Amino acid sequence: MSQNNRLSQGGRIDRSRVLTFTFNGQQYPGFAGDTLASALLANGVDVVNRSFKYSRPRGIVAAGPEEPNAIVQLGATEAAQVPNVRATQQALYDGLVARSTNGWPNVQRDVMSWVGKLGGSFMPPGFYYKTFMAPASMWMTYEKFIRKGAGLGRSPAESDPDIYDHLNQHCEVLVIGAGPAGLTAALTAARAGARVILCDEQEEMGGSLLDSREALDGASAADWVEKTVAELAGMESVTLLPRTTANGYHDHNFVTLHERCTEHLADTAADAGRAGEVRSRLHRVRAERVVLASGSHERPLVYANNDVPGNMVAGAISVYLRRYGVAPGQRLVLTTNNDHAYRTALDWKEAGREVVAVVDSRANPDGDLVKQARDSGIRVITGSAVMEASGSQRVSGARVVAIDTTRFVVTGKIEELACDTIASSGGYSPVIHLASHTGKRPQWREDLLGFVPGEVKGMHFAGGVQAVYALDETLADGTRAGAEAAQAAGFEQAEAIAVPSVETRTESATSALYQVPHEKSSLRAPKQFVDLQNDVTAAGVELATREGFESIEHVKRYTALGFGTDQGKLGNINGMAIAARCLHRSIPEVGTTVFRPNYTPVSFGAIVGRHCGELFDPERYTALHQWHVENGAEFEDVGHWKRPWYFPRKVNGKTETMHDAVARECLAVRQGVGILDASTLGKIDIQGPDAREFLGRIYTNKWAKLAPGRVRYGLMCKDDGMLMDDGTTSCLGENHFLMTTTTGGAASVLEWLELWHQTEWPELQVYFNSVTDHFATMTVTGPEARKLMAEVTDIDLDREQFKFMDWKQGTVAGVPARVFRISFTGELAFEINVQANYALHVWKALFAHGEKYDLTPYGTETMHVLRAEKGLIIAGQDTDGSVTPEDLGMHWAVGYDKPFPWIGKRALTRPDTAREDRKQLVGLKPKDATVVLEEGAQIVLDREQTIPMTMMGHVTSSYYSPILESGFALAVLKGGRNRMGETVYLPMSDGTTHEAEVVNTVFFDPKWERQNV
Amino acid sequence: MFHIFCPYCDERREEEEFHPNGQAHLVRPADPDSVSDEAWGDYLFFRDNPRGIHHEMWVHRLGCRKFFNITRDTTTYEILETYPMGEQPTITAETARVRHEQGVQTADGGWQTVGARPENSTLNEETPS
Amino acid sequence: MSEAGSETNVSRVAVFDTHPVEPIDAESPLAWSRQRGLVDAAGGSGQVRAVERPFLGHLILRGGAITLDEAVRAELGINLPGKPLGLNLDADGSRSVQWLSPDEWLVIVPGGEEFELENRLRERLGDAHFAIVNVSGGQTLVELSGEKAREVLMKSVTYDVHSHGLPVGKAVGTVFAKTSVNLRRPSEDRFELVVRRSFADYCVRWLRDAGREYGVSVESPTS
Repeated sequence: MSQNNRLSQGGRIDRSRVLTFTFNGQQYPGFAGDTLASALLANGVDVVNRSFKYSRPRGIVAAGPEEPNAIVQLGATEAAQVPNVRATQQALYDGLVARSTNGWPNVQRDVMSWVGKLGGSFMPPGFYYKTFMAPASMWMTYEKFIRKGAGLGRSPAESDPDIYDHLNQHCEVLVIGAGPAGLTAALTAARAGARVILCDEQEEMGGSLLDSREALDGASAADWVEKTVAELAGMESVTLLPRTTANGYHDHNFVTLHERCTEHLADTAADAGRAGEVRSRLHRVRAERVVLASGSHERPLVYANNDVPGNMVAGAISVYLRRYGVAPGQRLVLTTNNDHAYRTALDWKEAGREVVAVVDSRANPDGDLVKQARDSGIRVITGSAVMEASGSQRVSGARVVAIDTTRFVVTGKIEELACDTIASSGGYSPVIHLASHTGKRPQWREDLLGFVPGEVKGMHFAGGVQAVYALDETLADGTRAGAEAAQAAGFEQAEAIAVPSVETRTESATSALYQVPHEKSSLRAPKQFVDLQNDVTAAGVELATREGFESIEHVKRYTALGFGTDQGKLGNINGMAIAARCLHRSIPEVGTTVFRPNYTPVSFGAIVGRHCGELFDPERYTALHQWHVENGAEFEDVGHWKRPWYFPRKVNGKTETMHDAVARECLAVRQGVGILDASTLGKIDIQGPDAREFLGRIYTNKWAKLAPGRVRYGLMCKDDGMLMDDGTTSCLGENHFLMTTTTGGAASVLEWLELWHQTEWPELQVYFNSVTDHFATMTVTGPEARKLMAEVTDIDLDREQFKFMDWKQGTVAGVPARVFRISFTGELAFEINVQANYALHVWKALFAHGEKYDLTPYGTETMHVLRAEKGLIIAGQDTDGSVTPEDLGMHWAVGYDKPFPWIGKRALTRPDTAREDRKQLVGLKPKDATVVLEEGAQIVLDREQTIPMTMMGHVTSSYYSPILESGFALAVLKGGRNRMGETVYLPMSDGTTHEAEVVNTVFFDPKWERQNV
Repeated sequence: MFHIFCPYCDERREEEEFHPNGQAHLVRPADPDSVSDEAWGDYLFFRDNPRGIHHEMWVHRLGCRKFFNITRDTTTYEILETYPMGEQPTITAETARVRHEQGVQTADGGWQTVGARPENSTLNEETPS
Repeated sequence: MSEAGSETNVSRVAVFDTHPVEPIDAESPLAWSRQRGLVDAAGGSGQVRAVERPFLGHLILRGGAITLDEAVRAELGINLPGKPLGLNLDADGSRSVQWLSPDEWLVIVPGGEEFELENRLRERLGDAHFAIVNVSGGQTLVELSGEKAREVLMKSVTYDVHSHGLPVGKAVGTVFAKTSVNLRRPSEDRFELVVRRSFADYCVRWLRDAGREYGVSVESPTS
């Protein structure tokens, strides 16, 4: 086969560049400028897919995004696989490899065909649900088979070699669609001085003008397009985006455009010789005004066997003839209810092919195009329609009959016309999708037989989208919309642009025809397809209405009408019209359609952009990160931070296990000295005469008497009395405090302080600023900590001079530092703050001096074990937003008698928060010392009870303690503090049950002597 | 994606810079200790959920870090005004113009339909607030 | 200006000179990026050039505009930007004051000047209600220039970086990829990003990735 359907001349293709492509394993030639669809038609490929449900052969129907059948899997290699590509929108390139999406094992003959044969009587709507629902356990098995048979495309199994990105765009006027209305709108707005973006989804701009028979200013429409696009391209304020689909219209004129950058050239950017470039790009456009000039889609008529290959939408045939020089058949029958479709018959005849007849549902069509057709000798059959197509793999004839559209009956004898192509036109549906993405409902216009957009703030409509179809009117409408949009964005029109002159034509009115009546009832006639992609038939819609589905929305869900990759672009209106007819209602009474983003499928790559791989999420590093990496740290993600988790050492050539490393680090701190990078803790500088008062209101405990030089631990609650964060706050000066927060709470606590200051207590004179990143924080802790510190600091470390919960300023390793005697390990500890740029110097100096003390770096895991041994909580681990300070046994940190009703206080006396049997923090000691309880494990009191057991609480933190040589845990337990010494049970999912004793939360050094040595 | 006018930065910014903070104009009782449990519970847990005009607090989290209020129509997502802390809205449910009749909406992908049959009109009527 | 007043204020607030007396090698926030090969030699030839200006003095000023303006003019010779999103620089561009919020400004001065400036401002402001916070270790400044600098920014920030949206003398806090930056336009030919220390490596990796198609270099002088 070699492009048998290619005309010898014409079209906008480059015949000097022959491209070779493969479809379903067979090689074909095509030309540069072809789409995959036009090239397939040129080569006479009739069957491109098998249908979703009935497995019927399907051919190309349309020429744009509305195509329901020619959905292909693209890609020569596994990594380049792209599913669900519309062949009508895919530019042909050399080496393109495509396969049918549907049609396992192949499109010509397949094992599913029995389904299609039986389907007539055995596959009503809801068939899958009804048939395969029982037994429920088998659905998974059924589904695999059905899906494989149905085929919905597949994602690649290898990672995508291409890159994608996002571009944030801002403009005054975004024009969507570069047809006659969009081009005049863009030109008008740009000449007024507005920043304009003009996008169009096709390979070249021009829209319907590219296949128009009409002349503009006496020249061909394509010439005018070329001239206009050139002028726009020369304007600095204009951004032209061809191959760019406006897929989503979001609130406040935020529009997402999907630009195909190299997809039209090759499988990958590298294959296109453009390695490193972006394959496709998502433009995130914020526009002052949007001009929607998205045109219209022609509706096919619904008649029997209208899915047999060779049935096409009339306008698509004109597109293939005029733009691609392809005549997809020899003998044409056109069935129509309007004048405009006659152009297809004229185009077909001019291409040297036979027009068997035009079948017009109207009694007396007499518009200019009709006259022209008659004058050229084309037979016009009026008051009739194609009732049924003949043929199975390809149309072989059309059965034509006179019809009465009001009574929905056939009224005459059936005439059989031999043909291989049936073009149908049921009128035009404005492409209103974007206008309804934010929920605005379109309006049905009976005079226009279509839905037009409802009013959308910030959006102007031009041309076909509001059912303005005549070319002269469309051009004028674009000019008007462009001027209005520019003016609304603040740009006055300097002078009106001259609208190109077009010959005006008379047209006879379109008649309302959606489904063609058949000699048999819909249920008995051969299938009349409404939605080709989802195999929804007129009978299916009719049956759905009989079964009580009265709203089109319910009909949709029952029949699958409008699902799938084409989102019902061709079928929706016909489906609604049929439902309306069956229910004896008008179309708007059955429902109005609202579409959602996206207009056409968008690849995940474009949605993800550059936010993938190592840029998927930010990684935050402390000033000491380099040292941690060089010293073999394993890292843990804490928020966005990368924190050292533990530092495994090499012992006899083998790397320590985490268990061994953590045990070693724990013992080093308990017996020698360890060091932790605590820089990630949130740090907030608080200044102002009312800083102290503010702290008293935001923390549960007292701050009135904290003297400069002292540090205090504080609890912060929300006003519901539940703990939200904790940390130490140091008094730096009478009006100056340094608050620390948990790592995860840093940003939210700062915002929390601002919230109360800005909204409730603006009179308090205080300012908060984050210094989290400014200071690096290192914790030196363990019995040997003082000795080590003494070697590097000029601060007097005498235990009487520098007491627990004091802070002092001095130098550490020559660097100015604030040193805090606070402890999260229960051991003697010094927390050092230095300006982050000097942190590595100080850290390294500590190690230089620490060698003799075997200074041991430790990570978050050891920190957790050590603090838990002391019963010290971590907000967010031992608490979950439902735990009060009282639940934690921290009554000592609650200042009930403070004068100001601080945040959280009132809620602590609500009946629920004051209950005796609330979950309270306790320690758990497993009876078997080798057991480390699972965090999250549920606690029950009676192991013998039947399921569901009464759950009394759960484990919040659990570790193995090397110093205790036992597992241990913190848990919240109902009425826990009155259960000391009791045995509780923890049933595990594997059927075993652990036993544990309820103990005090402080497992080690209960007298807190070690931190004061 | 909202485009929000920050009354402090004095220009419109992308929604990513902001964070919503719930209902605006909540006033913490001045003397919580003397407030009944029920009233305190209302303050803590109960919020308006109007169809139509709603006043809500937002914070320009990644910009100037200031809190401010927005009057927003929850049916159209239109932001009718923004104003700094301490000020009152000029547009309220009472002053708002009559809104479009709303239908019953379903939440699903693809195109959706609104039950527009006359007999469904009771479903479509606004709930009196 | 009474000496007593300033003394009182100073004693109520703990000022802290973070710089060592003896010179000690400092590490800029991009030190780790350099270590892992993400920093290029000076003088990149691509269409996008990002250059860190490390170790500058960064101070946050909080307070009323009128109060602060007088002190800032007196001590820095720069008018405090009173209008939102203002960025004022001194004659040679080495000192700047940026509006951050109605009661917040960012002052950037050559490294080492910040502590003395803080003290002078504190003295001049006396008992007024204000705050000055040194954040020099917590952020760094990255200059972005080159033919395609604007395109790279369009990939990175949601803000309108066209000169309509971001003319010279304007600065905004905005979203950068998945973090935030202060984006400044000190002159026609360059942008500045004030980046938080812990996010600096992420920002550099992002810039390198986003700028790859144009050719991009990231430079960071070590002294």
